[in-house]
Amino acid sequence: MSAWAQRLENPLSARLRDPATTGYAGLVLGAFAAFLAIPPIEARTVTWPVLVGVVAALLGIWTITRGRRRLGWGAVVAGVAGIGLGMLATRSGTTNLEAVFNASLIAQMFAFATPLVFGAIAGMFSERSGVVNIGLEGMMLMGAFWGVYGADKGGTWVVGLLAGAGVGALLALVYAYFAIHLRADQIVGGTAVNFLALGITGYFFFQLYHGNYVSQGVSTIPNVRIPWIAGLHFLGPAIGNLNLMIWAGFALVVLSYVVVFKTPIGLRIRACGEHPRAADTVGINVYAVRYGAVVLSGILASIGGVYLSDGFGGGTFNDNMTAGRGFIALAAMIFGNWRPAGAFGAALLFGFSSAVALRLQVYSASASTLFNVLPYVLTLIAVAGVIGRTVPPAADGKPYRKQ
Amino acid sequence: MTSIDPQSSLPGSPEEAAETGTLAASIALKQRAGGIVLPVLTALIAFLLGGLVVLATGHNPLLAYRDIFNGAGLNWVFHPTTDVANTAAYNLSQTLLQTTTLILCGLAVAFAFRCGMFNIGGQGQYFIGLYVANWLGYDFASMNPVPHILLAVGAATLAGALWAGIAGFLKATVGAHEVISTIMLNWIAIWVGEWLFGDGGPLQNAANKTVPISNDVADSAKLPVFWGQQELQGLHVGFFVALLALVAFWAILNRTTLGYEVRAVGFNPDAAAYGGINVKKNLFRAMAISGAFAGLAGALDMTGYLYHYGQSDIPVSSVGFIGIAVALLGRNTAIGTGLGALLFGALLFGTTHGLSSSVIQPELAGNLTYIIQGLVVLFVGADVLILYIWNTRRKLRPRAKPTAEAAA
Repeated sequence: MSAWAQRLENPLSARLRDPATTGYAGLVLGAFAAFLAIPPIEARTVTWPVLVGVVAALLGIWTITRGRRRLGWGAVVAGVAGIGLGMLATRSGTTNLEAVFNASLIAQMFAFATPLVFGAIAGMFSERSGVVNIGLEGMMLMGAFWGVYGADKGGTWVVGLLAGAGVGALLALVYAYFAIHLRADQIVGGTAVNFLALGITGYFFFQLYHGNYVSQGVSTIPNVRIPWIAGLHFLGPAIGNLNLMIWAGFALVVLSYVVVFKTPIGLRIRACGEHPRAADTVGINVYAVRYGAVVLSGILASIGGVYLSDGFGGGTFNDNMTAGRGFIALAAMIFGNWRPAGAFGAALLFGFSSAVALRLQVYSASASTLFNVLPYVLTLIAVAGVIGRTVPPAADGKPYRKQ
Repeated sequence: MTSIDPQSSLPGSPEEAAETGTLAASIALKQRAGGIVLPVLTALIAFLLGGLVVLATGHNPLLAYRDIFNGAGLNWVFHPTTDVANTAAYNLSQTLLQTTTLILCGLAVAFAFRCGMFNIGGQGQYFIGLYVANWLGYDFASMNPVPHILLAVGAATLAGALWAGIAGFLKATVGAHEVISTIMLNWIAIWVGEWLFGDGGPLQNAANKTVPISNDVADSAKLPVFWGQQELQGLHVGFFVALLALVAFWAILNRTTLGYEVRAVGFNPDAAAYGGINVKKNLFRAMAISGAFAGLAGALDMTGYLYHYGQSDIPVSSVGFIGIAVALLGRNTAIGTGLGALLFGALLFGTTHGLSSSVIQPELAGNLTYIIQGLVVLFVGADVLILYIWNTRRKLRPRAKPTAEAAA
């Protein structure tokens, strides 16, 4: 708090010259450069996006020279990307643009991002406690199937949510036993979880539903209609009628930030992930904390899966429904540097790219397909350390042995 | 790495090395612990638990496993014949076709393991090999068969090596974890394939622009079939290439300087560096060689029996991931990988296309393969479980060597 207080006391000019301020301003301007060329503003000349993008890049370079390398490079990239996207947008026709970029794109972005938000936060809890969770994909898949099964047999989506979360917790418990007690290699264990989930869901989907679609009329997770927003011009279609789980995802981000960084429990989780021996010495039960974190991870990931089948999917399931979303969630967590807000931002970015890819399909199938590569390429660049470095918890992936 | 890690004591005993040391060290320990008995035991437990699932869902597991055994053509040994009109012989030829792929995908995982890395990207490297082989196999149709095949297969192998080499390069230069980068490379390869074969993609077939399938490779790029007929997906000579690859794997690791360095880095990178071995170079090399195996798998599949590939084939393929189970079950050795590939090749074909059963449907059995695969990987990964069994066994011996009291 004191750092913030000090900042407020500084004169305005000093605050504006702060590298953090210029860096973030560069990021925002970079995004704005692209935004200028798409509806509702829709500048038809390249001048404005280029101008704003260059300013963003310059701000970024200025930021780099004063020490905030990661932020500065981010601003430079945002500026360049803004120029590129702006130029692309000014070249295509306005009707196409308006069909791709409209208010419901925002809603779609949230819909695509929500499973990733749950998955990424799930992964964060596990890895913050020192257990790598490659099995997110499998846990999500289990949630997707057993969630819709629960909603079908239980008659209400609440049962589905509980069933999905319960099965996810169970699978996570098995994984936790191997990863923590048996000290199995965690990557191998996570891979096993993914295989198991693929096999179990596929097997029971055929056994219980004969591989057909889940019967019509399954109780699905409802949308939340906010009357006083739903009527508004742009915000209405954007956020006026979002699924309950999308809002739950927003709440989860805030909540997990508070839990991980502002509570004793979070401190314990992080201690186990950074230096388990020290945590053990001061009386923290490392095994218990890790078990808790991994099971919580399983619950959250599978809830993301339930949303996928019983919310977003409208009460359907198909073989291997997650189709790599667990891995994108993992990527979002890494891209967000093992932090809730970062993971959320990355999930939104990846969700946005999926939503745009879906809309581009009408105009160019191949461009749309290639657009799907974006999350993976960005994550590869992030782990390569081109833009700053991603830093995992120090003891991430290392089994702990009590003495 | 060079700073003193308070969590790890000096690796005095192999048991402790397994706890705190590298993956390769722990795998070497497991190799000592039990030889062939434990992998077999692991597989048996996995089959047993898989059988319980079958039983719980109202099917007879014994009959189901019998039908899968026959579906894989393994009953051929009772009535050996080379005539593929015989169902058992045909099924066996198909099982060996899958085995060919899985041997190479298993080696792709095993080689990186021996250098202390987990190559989870075999699937992506396999795809890249497949794409390149398809492209070169379709273009250059006027070439003579031998150079054409060599070109397509060679370039595809190289492409696989380069694809994995990206992960190796990132690991060596900036320390990016190979698991993360290979996962990302997998998905990039998947989407690139969807783009290549999709509507308007560069490798989409020339005849029908509404179907997202590639062209067939030219006849000059098709590998000769030695068992069965080419039209009926016979067994191609790539099978022998895979067997040769097993020998090459063993020879590289155990009879060359490169292999010595790779293994040294796998056991202990710090000690290897102290001994004058260029660790970074070896990380890159090991990853590239791994990728070459997977790329070769893709190339042989394309020129051997697939000939073309479609958008819808991409998400269904999981041979690169099965390679993980093959390598782990095979303890990352040449012989083990060969046997593991045969087991999973039999499962892969015997539970799907080969299966004709009144007890269990192929849709169920196919997923049973994934369950068994998951269980195998789960159990193989558990160091301590194996250590426990190993130690118990040793205690039962009358003249047991005194164990290091590190565990106390």
